Amino acid sequence: MREVLEGSQAVARTVARCRPGVICAYPISPQTHIVEALSVMARTGELTDCEYVNVESEFSAMSVSIGASAAGSRAYTATASQGLLYMAEAVFNASGMGLPIVMTVANRAIGAPINIWNDQSDALAMRDAGWLQLYAADNQEAADLHIIAFAVAEELGIPAMVCMDGFVLTHASDVVDLATAEQIDGFLPPFRAQQVLDVENPTTIGTMAGPESFTETKYLQHLRFLDAAEVIDRWSTAFRESFGRQTGGLVARYDPDSLDRNNLAPPGDATDVTVIAMGSVLGTLQAALVPLRAAGVSVRLLGISSFRPFPELALREALGECRDVIVIDRALELGAGGVLTGNVGRALAGTRSRIHSVVAGLGGRPILEASLRDVVARERAGQLGRLEFLDLKTGGVPVPPVGATEVAR
Amino acid sequence: MRQVRIHGRGGQGVVTAAEMLARAGFLAGHEAQAIPSFGSERTGAPVVAYCRFDDAPLRTREPVLAPDVVLVQDPTLLGPAAPFAGLSPRGLVIVNTTSDAPAVRAQAAVDDIGAHVVTVPATSITMTHLGSPKPAAAMLAAYAACADDITLEAVQAVFRERFPGRVGDANASAAAEAYAYVRAERAATGGGAGLPSGAPGTTSTEVSHA
Amino acid sequence: MSTVHIPFLQTGTLAVGGRLLREDDRSVQSHADRPSSLTRGHRACQGCAEALAARWVMDTAVDAADGKLIVANATGCLEVFSTLYPESAWKPPWIHSVFANAAAVATGIASSLHAQGKDDVRVLAQGGDGGTVDIGLAAVSGMFERNDDVLYVCYDNQGYMNTGVQRSSATPASARTATTPAVGHQPGAPVGQGKSMPKIAMAHEIPYVATATVADLRDLESKVRTAMSIHGARYLHVLVPCPLGWGASSAESIALSRAAVQSGIFAVIEARAGELTEVQRIRELAPVEDYLRPQQRFAHLFKPGGEDALDRWRQLAQANIRRYDLLGGTP
Repeated sequence: MREVLEGSQAVARTVARCRPGVICAYPISPQTHIVEALSVMARTGELTDCEYVNVESEFSAMSVSIGASAAGSRAYTATASQGLLYMAEAVFNASGMGLPIVMTVANRAIGAPINIWNDQSDALAMRDAGWLQLYAADNQEAADLHIIAFAVAEELGIPAMVCMDGFVLTHASDVVDLATAEQIDGFLPPFRAQQVLDVENPTTIGTMAGPESFTETKYLQHLRFLDAAEVIDRWSTAFRESFGRQTGGLVARYDPDSLDRNNLAPPGDATDVTVIAMGSVLGTLQAALVPLRAAGVSVRLLGISSFRPFPELALREALGECRDVIVIDRALELGAGGVLTGNVGRALAGTRSRIHSVVAGLGGRPILEASLRDVVARERAGQLGRLEFLDLKTGGVPVPPVGATEVAR
Repeated sequence: MRQVRIHGRGGQGVVTAAEMLARAGFLAGHEAQAIPSFGSERTGAPVVAYCRFDDAPLRTREPVLAPDVVLVQDPTLLGPAAPFAGLSPRGLVIVNTTSDAPAVRAQAAVDDIGAHVVTVPATSITMTHLGSPKPAAAMLAAYAACADDITLEAVQAVFRERFPGRVGDANASAAAEAYAYVRAERAATGGGAGLPSGAPGTTSTEVSHA
Repeated sequence: MSTVHIPFLQTGTLAVGGRLLREDDRSVQSHADRPSSLTRGHRACQGCAEALAARWVMDTAVDAADGKLIVANATGCLEVFSTLYPESAWKPPWIHSVFANAAAVATGIASSLHAQGKDDVRVLAQGGDGGTVDIGLAAVSGMFERNDDVLYVCYDNQGYMNTGVQRSSATPASARTATTPAVGHQPGAPVGQGKSMPKIAMAHEIPYVATATVADLRDLESKVRTAMSIHGARYLHVLVPCPLGWGASSAESIALSRAAVQSGIFAVIEARAGELTEVQRIRELAPVEDYLRPQQRFAHLFKPGGEDALDRWRQLAQANIRRYDLLGGTP
């Protein structure tokens, strides 16, 4: 049923319909609306056979999820920003122990200076944590990705983050068509733990591994992570066949002219410039690039749907002959450039691609269509630098006027 | 595409107003989107929220920079929040105030902007029905009275759905009174300040609280 | 069973632990089919009181839970010496996550079991003083405050022994550790206000709090059994001498534990819902020197200049004796 829902509500309802056994979270903006909604559903009985645990920190939220997952429950949590960093130790631990926890990250900047608004520095700082990272372009995808995330994580025994831009998606209301509980029951297999704390078959989980065994343990973890690309692709395809929506996958392709999402869209040409981005800015890019295409600018759009595993092969295939690339990056690797750009660069090593990194939307700075069009125009004119900051104001740090809102910014 | 910007203060239900507007627009058959701009501000701080309608799915995530319609829920924001900023030519501005359009223009220092200004005492209407100063339903009803993007019935329906019982009913009756108020004002001044579906502002007459 | 009066000529834990008692009163350890939850082959040091305590605690808990017990363990000596891949010395299902989160992992397990309708399976969390009193305190406090159905056991050896004997907030004032050397004006660990985890637990008014030592294993066993008969958050604090960290003979762990109790330095108590309910009286008051002198970490107390610190220990013992009426006789 199509309806207008806040992104957080859409995610919460979909997560509930995935029948988690334990939900544990600590509140942090902009994740709060998701966990508030789930706590209400647990209290009213809408969420059956599920424990909702209020804890004293994100560190404990992840730890409770670890215990719950190891004891045989489908475990879910959500966080953002400082909260993700506060739980970091347990985040790495969950993946090392192969516990398929699913966590929503309502992407938010990391301080100092403290900032509650959106960018993707938080999840991208956890890029080596051994978790899958799936990014939502809009609220429909944010909701749907959770279904795919549970399926993929549980098949692989690898935990998964579903990343959605904080406020931009979590607090925006959109027309969505949520999967029903019956549909999800028919799609998502029941939780089956690969290794479980069971009094009938006792096992020890979390032993120490010395120098003799650590490398091989990590190598096997790495191999399993390499399997993840195929598994994500397979479940995303199954989702499309079941629900009729293009969701998830590895790389999102877009029709050259309509800019509709279309995974059958042809790869790029040598004369194209391709804009690569991740998250909600893809929607703004869709809107921004249509008039450029209409004006004859040979620009293409690609979305990174899976940041971990990073889809090197799928990205190269989608780029085709295109060698001019602009990466719109919502996180900054200080002293180097955009974080996504670094991963794109590694994927395109040896292809002689010309990659431009445009760092945009840090700490909630709105990304405007006109600015994006200007970036493309300057690239076409040979004027775009290797690393640029979108709408950077020179001459120091601007001071917001008294009573400032986004209008005045 | 129709783009709407809502100004108000924290606690007045600005974000709710945007979401309710999107829901009402969806009920009226449009694709709809509501984007709140959140700050760490507390009760009383200036807040803006945005809403878009279109016939095609809405993709962009940028804030509304060139609104066709601006709703001002608190007249004290006319000066500091620059609610007329970026307003499309002949756009519509609906202000919750007991004063009139010329006074609003003077307060906002926008005598030269070609916009329609509609005033409605949404807070006093809401106080009589709801008893608390949350004028969102009355403001949206005033909007419904000026444009066919949404209908009064849709506004009443979304508030009744969100706030079942007394609060929903009180919002619905506040909406009805605000709607009737603006309709009467329009009739008295020759029916101006209507926005036809799908296109930004059209007419040139100005409706004001006489 | 009663733990107070022992009607035998032979006294002492080892004698009574066994076969002179009625079948019902015998220790779990006296039975041939004892669980041996922490089984042979682990790598604990000779004389490790933590290993001894953990075995008694776990066997009792397993027995009380009818074999249905899941354990969450904090990082520390106990974890390291018992589970070096590919071996495990644990017979019950057991998980180690990280240092500070054993209490929260246990909450997760308990929540999962409840959601699955497996309320007959019980959950025990355990850690050392570092994982409990220092780095894990927030998670422990959270578990207490929510009254989660978890028995948390702290094996307190008063320092970071796993990493080479550094000071923790459970290290007593004046004790020498690798980070509080016995040099300078005020040698050893600095004098502070101390941090009593049992009192912190009592302040949460959880259903059951108890302390114990390895000097009285039947008492320890009895307290675990009491704790397991209760649902909700429970806390057991066990003093476990560390021969390496304390600089004591491996043969002295039991004697040191007994001296700590008999001198008034360590109060053996029980509390329910925040109220003190039981106190183990001192049988024969011992001087604090009986506890301190055998430990190299206190050697500087018995050299010139150590008198003030020694006097502080006497005051501490006296304060405990007063506070808990350890000698009895107070109406």
